[in-house]
Amino acid sequence: MKELTKKENIKDWYLKNFELFEKQMNGHNHELLKKVRQASLAKFLELDFPATKNEEWKYTDVSFARENKFNPVSTDYKTSLTKEDVKNIIFGNFDYNLITFINGKFAAELSDISADSDKIIIKNLNSFIDSHKEIVENYFAKISSDDNLFNVLNGIYMQDGVAIYLKEQSEFSKPLQVLYLNGYSEENLLIAPRNLIVVGRNSRTSIVFNYYGNPKASYFTDAITELYLEEDSSVDIYKIQRESLSSYHIEKFQAIQKDRSVLNHYNLNFGGRLTRNDINSKLDGENIETHYYGLYLGKENQHIDNHTFVDHAKPNSMSNELYKGILDDKARGVFNGKIIVRRDAQKTNAYQQNKNVLLSGEARIDSKPQLEIFADDVKCTHGATVGHLDEEAEFYIRSRGVPEELAKSILIRAFAADVCDEIKIVELKEQINHLIFEELHRQEVSY
Amino acid sequence: MSNEEKKNLGAVEELSEDMKIIEDLTKEEYKWGFVSEIESEVAPKGLNEDIIRMISEKKGEPEWMTEWRLKAYRYWLKMEEPKWPNVKYAPVDFQDISYYAAPKKKPQYSSLDEVDPELLKTFEKLGIPLEEQKALAGVAVDAVFDSVSVATTFKETLKEKGIIFCSISEAIKEHPDLVKKYLGSVVPYTDNFYAALNSAVFSDGSFVYIPKGVRCPMELSTYFRINAQETGQFERTLIIADEGSYVSYLEGCTAPIRDNNQLHAAVVELIALDNAEIKYSTVQNWYPGDKEGKGGIYNFVTKRGACRGVNSKISWTQVETGSAITWKYPSCILQGENSIGEFYSVAVTNNFQQADTGTKMVHLGKNTRSTIVSKGISAGRSNNSYRGLVKVGKKATNARNFTQCDSLLMGDKCGAHTFPYIEVENDTARVEHEATTSKVGEDQIFYLNQRGIATEDAINMIVNGFCKEVFNELPMEFAVEAQKLLAITLEGSVG
Repeated sequence: MKELTKKENIKDWYLKNFELFEKQMNGHNHELLKKVRQASLAKFLELDFPATKNEEWKYTDVSFARENKFNPVSTDYKTSLTKEDVKNIIFGNFDYNLITFINGKFAAELSDISADSDKIIIKNLNSFIDSHKEIVENYFAKISSDDNLFNVLNGIYMQDGVAIYLKEQSEFSKPLQVLYLNGYSEENLLIAPRNLIVVGRNSRTSIVFNYYGNPKASYFTDAITELYLEEDSSVDIYKIQRESLSSYHIEKFQAIQKDRSVLNHYNLNFGGRLTRNDINSKLDGENIETHYYGLYLGKENQHIDNHTFVDHAKPNSMSNELYKGILDDKARGVFNGKIIVRRDAQKTNAYQQNKNVLLSGEARIDSKPQLEIFADDVKCTHGATVGHLDEEAEFYIRSRGVPEELAKSILIRAFAADVCDEIKIVELKEQINHLIFEELHRQEVSY
Repeated sequence: MSNEEKKNLGAVEELSEDMKIIEDLTKEEYKWGFVSEIESEVAPKGLNEDIIRMISEKKGEPEWMTEWRLKAYRYWLKMEEPKWPNVKYAPVDFQDISYYAAPKKKPQYSSLDEVDPELLKTFEKLGIPLEEQKALAGVAVDAVFDSVSVATTFKETLKEKGIIFCSISEAIKEHPDLVKKYLGSVVPYTDNFYAALNSAVFSDGSFVYIPKGVRCPMELSTYFRINAQETGQFERTLIIADEGSYVSYLEGCTAPIRDNNQLHAAVVELIALDNAEIKYSTVQNWYPGDKEGKGGIYNFVTKRGACRGVNSKISWTQVETGSAITWKYPSCILQGENSIGEFYSVAVTNNFQQADTGTKMVHLGKNTRSTIVSKGISAGRSNNSYRGLVKVGKKATNARNFTQCDSLLMGDKCGAHTFPYIEVENDTARVEHEATTSKVGEDQIFYLNQRGIATEDAINMIVNGFCKEVFNELPMEFAVEAQKLLAITLEGSVG
């Protein structure tokens, strides 16, 4: 890994590379993206990578970003990967459309988008801009993406990503699987996916984001995903993150929801040396439902930070959040859940729960649920617990002749079930359950 | 104007009536012409090393104390005012404050008949006994109930048991060993901006030492209340409970207190050794500012207790109704094995008041336990935040925490916020946190109305029920007063 000498400034490194990056795009830089890049560059000069003094980054030290030069310009891009290679990486056994990105770049040969174009358009962002300029103009980069230097860095170096546009009155039941294969390069890459999802009125679909890392590869994934839910629409988003254990993963997810829309967001975290998710929803309408489900598994010296933010801006909506963490070895978990109920948002119901088990004496969790309420006619609760596997329950199971290892697995299975049970794709549910035990190196208790 | 609106206005006016009484009370201080006398005892405005030396000298302090103050002052110079609390206020000009004033004299009346009848009404609502009313209003107390003689009786009882209870200035002179050993050991002057300022300029405060195996025979409040002295701007309290002892200390007063000092930065340190228990209760009802949010006291307090010994226990109970800005986190450092920390709080904000309050429970020893029960009530345009930390260190095996913080909102212009921090580094710990926010249920009010209880009373009843868990922890007579105080604070907040 390339490291910085003391005097070198990391920001100079990223500025220096921008010229090269632009050249490499070979004129394929669309006007719309160019504008975003220029704005981000201007912001880049003002900001610094967040310090732990910053309340939002209190428990997550991102000195990795200051100390390592990640290469935003990939030179050795080639698709030596075949369909056979990725077969075991894809979540299978159910019918899906597939779009694949290798090191952040669209891989047409590994994609299978047999979508019904009457209802849905699935493309990589770069070609979507060409065909659907007006949609990009209306929706793209409309959220604030200069909260921190990571977001800004994505703005400068975004390469590609998935663009999904679901038309009005369309139900598209076949889930789309978005596969990111990262770290397939010798270089210490910066991979900056930029995803845009627009769900039209009265439409519904589900999307599985599958972030997978080349084991042992070192790289940095810095993603932004924007989701727009129009009136009466509904979407299930599954994010399954299995980046390599020497990689860094940061994503900002922002949803803007209109009247009567429903969002189910599943955040299932397994990989990454350091992970930071910012999952935000703005409830910009009435009678909206937002559900956040999260499961994070930490082992070795993993650091997983989940920040969620539900912004109740209008009346009569509900949000529900359940995040569960299992931490082993020296893993460290961070949860920060914020709910704001604004003055106008009367009759809001907001619930939030964060539960954690520590499997090792050296694991650590910092949990910070947060409620900020300005309206009076609301029902809001939050809860947080930290504990270990219940000895009494374990004793009870063992007294029935179940060996210790299996007894522990049963308890882990039960703990994770609250989140797993909410997964609507049955086959995916089984595979996630399998992953839990595989990642923790424990005896599996099947679904 | 509709009847409804009139009713609302009436309620607000009634509330401001109370304020007026308080204002009148303070205004009268000037009417009685004590100005010149006060002036001679007031230090010039501003803060520098000379002023600190002067304070120390005036109090006849030994050299080591002066040095300690100066060290704190030098450290304070390097610090910045904290900006993180969820409160907004005009910046304080620390050079525009006079850091030393001799105790002010209160206006003296010859009997209760001369006292403003409105003030008496407030006292009556609070249910304060007649003799105490006199003391609080500044009526010369008659011979039978002479506070000095009562105090002397108390002092003798305490002396018999070996309990030391005196002002901190006295303790510095009489018991320097104890003060040297413990002062600043829980809240060092380096702790935070206001603790450093307090360490440099603290005027006075209480000192309590309970010897080994002694159970303090009375609530130390009783004594304190009868003596109801003018509250200092920078109070410093130090309570030490030696092995196997017990003490219950009560600070503050339910009676509304208006003070000319806008900034209050007190420090309270508690130390519990092996098997000792300290119960510290606070009722705070300082001037909250008028209904426009002008004026009012900034209450920036650092309170911390250390459970140093095995099986020790520190329990904080607070009822916070006053002050424009309340900003305090009574905390427990649970060092000793099996030590227990408790925090029970009711914080009420109305009009433009802001409160950012909560606790810190730091578990360091094995089998340590803590309980947090916080009830926040916001009305008017106020903002009420709970901010709490539960930290379980690596060595705190089997630590246990239970936290519950509930908020009640009255009206749609106020805010209720919760900022809990949970940091766990030990896998055997069990930490639970629960928080709810809701309003007074219409169905509950309806139920009580239908039993013939007027809406205002119904709300009082519901709010008191909401706070019951905390009031139960207060010493008995105080719990009764606190209930009434709550009713007065929230008067007119529901239309």
